[in-house]
Amino acid sequence: MSAIEERGYASTDALVSTEWVSQHLNDPNLRFAESNEDPLLYASGHIPGAVEVDWTRDLNHPLRRDYLDRSGFEALMRRIGATRETTVVLYGDKSNWWACYAFWVFQLFGHTNAKIMDGGRLKWQSEGRALVTEAANYPSSDYSAPERDDSGVRVFRDQVLEHVQAGRPLVDVRSPAEYTGERLHMEAYPNEGALRGGHIPGAANIPWARAANEDGTFKSADELRAIYTGENNLQSGDDIVAYCRIGERSSHTWFVLTYLLGFEQVRNYDGSWTEWGNLVNVPIERP
Amino acid sequence: MDPYPERLAMLLEYLDLAGDRDERIQMLIDVASRFKAVPDFIATRPFPETHLTPACESEAYVWCEELPSQALKFHFAVENPQGISAKCLAVILDETLSGEPASSLAQVPGELVYRIFGKDLSMGKSMGLMGMVSMVQACARRYLASGQADRLLGEGRAAGSTSREP
Repeated sequence: MSAIEERGYASTDALVSTEWVSQHLNDPNLRFAESNEDPLLYASGHIPGAVEVDWTRDLNHPLRRDYLDRSGFEALMRRIGATRETTVVLYGDKSNWWACYAFWVFQLFGHTNAKIMDGGRLKWQSEGRALVTEAANYPSSDYSAPERDDSGVRVFRDQVLEHVQAGRPLVDVRSPAEYTGERLHMEAYPNEGALRGGHIPGAANIPWARAANEDGTFKSADELRAIYTGENNLQSGDDIVAYCRIGERSSHTWFVLTYLLGFEQVRNYDGSWTEWGNLVNVPIERP
Repeated sequence: MDPYPERLAMLLEYLDLAGDRDERIQMLIDVASRFKAVPDFIATRPFPETHLTPACESEAYVWCEELPSQALKFHFAVENPQGISAKCLAVILDETLSGEPASSLAQVPGELVYRIFGKDLSMGKSMGLMGMVSMVQACARRYLASGQADRLLGEGRAAGSTSREP
């Protein structure tokens, strides 16, 4: 894959390479944070100095289906020793989908000093770069966060319904089997079930992984435009809602559209199919 | 009635001794470090799709070998270099279920995955890991159904092996 600067992205501010990270390991203004699906990965080896940001314990509200509140986010950032000025570089497994999820949650609190390491953990590991097992600990910082602001990048069910009725574009980033309703959820899986299968009317099915190369890096801008604009006619000025099952895979697509293609108004519907597929009397489309 | 065979129940009790999440994770990593990939006499790459765990993004393959004692021994391959939880589960399934009566293997519940890794697993991770348990169950059920008369058939097995299709 070519260098990030040569891929034609709308902005390269939010994306760094593994090489860049290796050259900045001792930069005190940076904090590297690993966010994985596999709960064993961080402890088995991580980038020297990296902290763990766990998608369930660190980003979600402990009781409600919601994200952490202001005090929770402050506690998280104080734990990892970050200030408002610290640039947090996120990376992880699964082509960075959980890293993008964390990145997206950070935006709810206006922590825009954040980047994604292209290719994530797999690329770092496959390049033979150093991994350490010692958990990183930093002195607690004095982090003060604003109240969470959901208005810019997050959307709720009533807004989605209005969005559908207005005929505005949606992107369903789930697998084709989930999109068609052939597969609802895993049998006996306790957390993410849905009573109905299908997709939100009008949604285009663009599985999140189409934006990623085999090595987990992001595709070039031309390749991404071919997928999102060429095949699916999404335009940079469109008001777009992305969703999946719980909002994690769609964070990856949200990142791609917002930062790599420069789309101006993309919001993530984290209620996603686990909410929509269980709601009473909302429209559902099945092919 | 305890749904877990004795060795598996003991291992679960051992894991429950962990004082906190970090300690438990370290115990599970230690277990994963004992992972040994499927021996050549059972299977060599490219591994046949018939042994691949459905929906497992760690690309876990499962084989069961019929031992002279007419018990089953399980073998695994995990092709994703980041599939550490899959390796951990493979070790647990092999070390605690190989040699157990097939009738008890068929009863091992899929929730075993949550007993080991906790309930906060993502759906994708759960699917893959529970799929590995299902492969072991399926193998045991086939063994029970076919009896000793059926000396399989293993489309993907290495020549001369006694591996069974899961």
